[in-house]
Amino acid sequence: MANELELQVKQLEAQLKELQENQPKDQLSIIVFSGDLDKVLAAFIIATGARAMDSEVKMFFTFWGTPILRAKNKSGKGKDFMSNMLGWMLPKGSTQAKLSKLNMGGMGTEMLKSVMKKKNVSSLESLIEVAGELGVEIAICQMSMDLMGFKKEEMIDYPHLSYVGVGTYLSDAQESKIQLFI
Amino acid sequence: MHKKAKYNYLFKNQGDIIMTVEELKGLKSDKVVDARGTACPGPLLAAKKAIGDIQPGQIMEILSADEGTKSDIPKWSKKQNYEYLGSIDEDGMFRLFLKK
Repeated sequence: MANELELQVKQLEAQLKELQENQPKDQLSIIVFSGDLDKVLAAFIIATGARAMDSEVKMFFTFWGTPILRAKNKSGKGKDFMSNMLGWMLPKGSTQAKLSKLNMGGMGTEMLKSVMKKKNVSSLESLIEVAGELGVEIAICQMSMDLMGFKKEEMIDYPHLSYVGVGTYLSDAQESKIQLFI
Repeated sequence: MHKKAKYNYLFKNQGDIIMTVEELKGLKSDKVVDARGTACPGPLLAAKKAIGDIQPGQIMEILSADEGTKSDIPKWSKKQNYEYLGSIDEDGMFRLFLKK
């Protein structure tokens, strides 16, 4: 009888340990798929806010989100014709991002930017900088980089930058309490 | 008593002891954070940055022009285990108090 109880307690302890280990962490993971100014802005506001709340934050930039992290004054060398074309057509960094609505050939975006300034809303550029200071981790999808022909040397200098595949996102997302796709 | 003070309860967490405006006005803040020049998430980031400058038991006051802060700071305080004390609405700004 005593042996049985002991065995049961041990089993329960093992189960509890397993549950605790698989418990999601106080972590937020965001997929930034969109390259629209408004959407990326929202992603960074949430990311920096979460850091103020002491949550770990991991952002995964893929597809249209990737060009947002290109540096304005850098360029990649040794690109083929298609990559050069794509590089020329896609926005070169956050300053060239456009609104998803009411862009009106760029006029709407400029208008919103001036309203943001007037109402003390941080620009996307300064939010990215703050995110770096606060320790928001950014991972860029390597496949998007290859697809769009971007070179690592043309991306922004960001303190916590890495190039990853879908597996990294999935394993990080699995241990995050909050997950967003933007 | 200020007209809006009675809505303070809307933003409190369970267990928070919300002080009256008179009590809040009588508080001596150990640190005042002026975040009136920033919009969301500025006030939260400013509060986070400044909280390191005070000791447990000391009082911090956050000035914000963004009404969202009134909801954010109590939630933030709860998560960080600080004691949210309440807020005062003044002309075009909000004064929020918490104890570390």
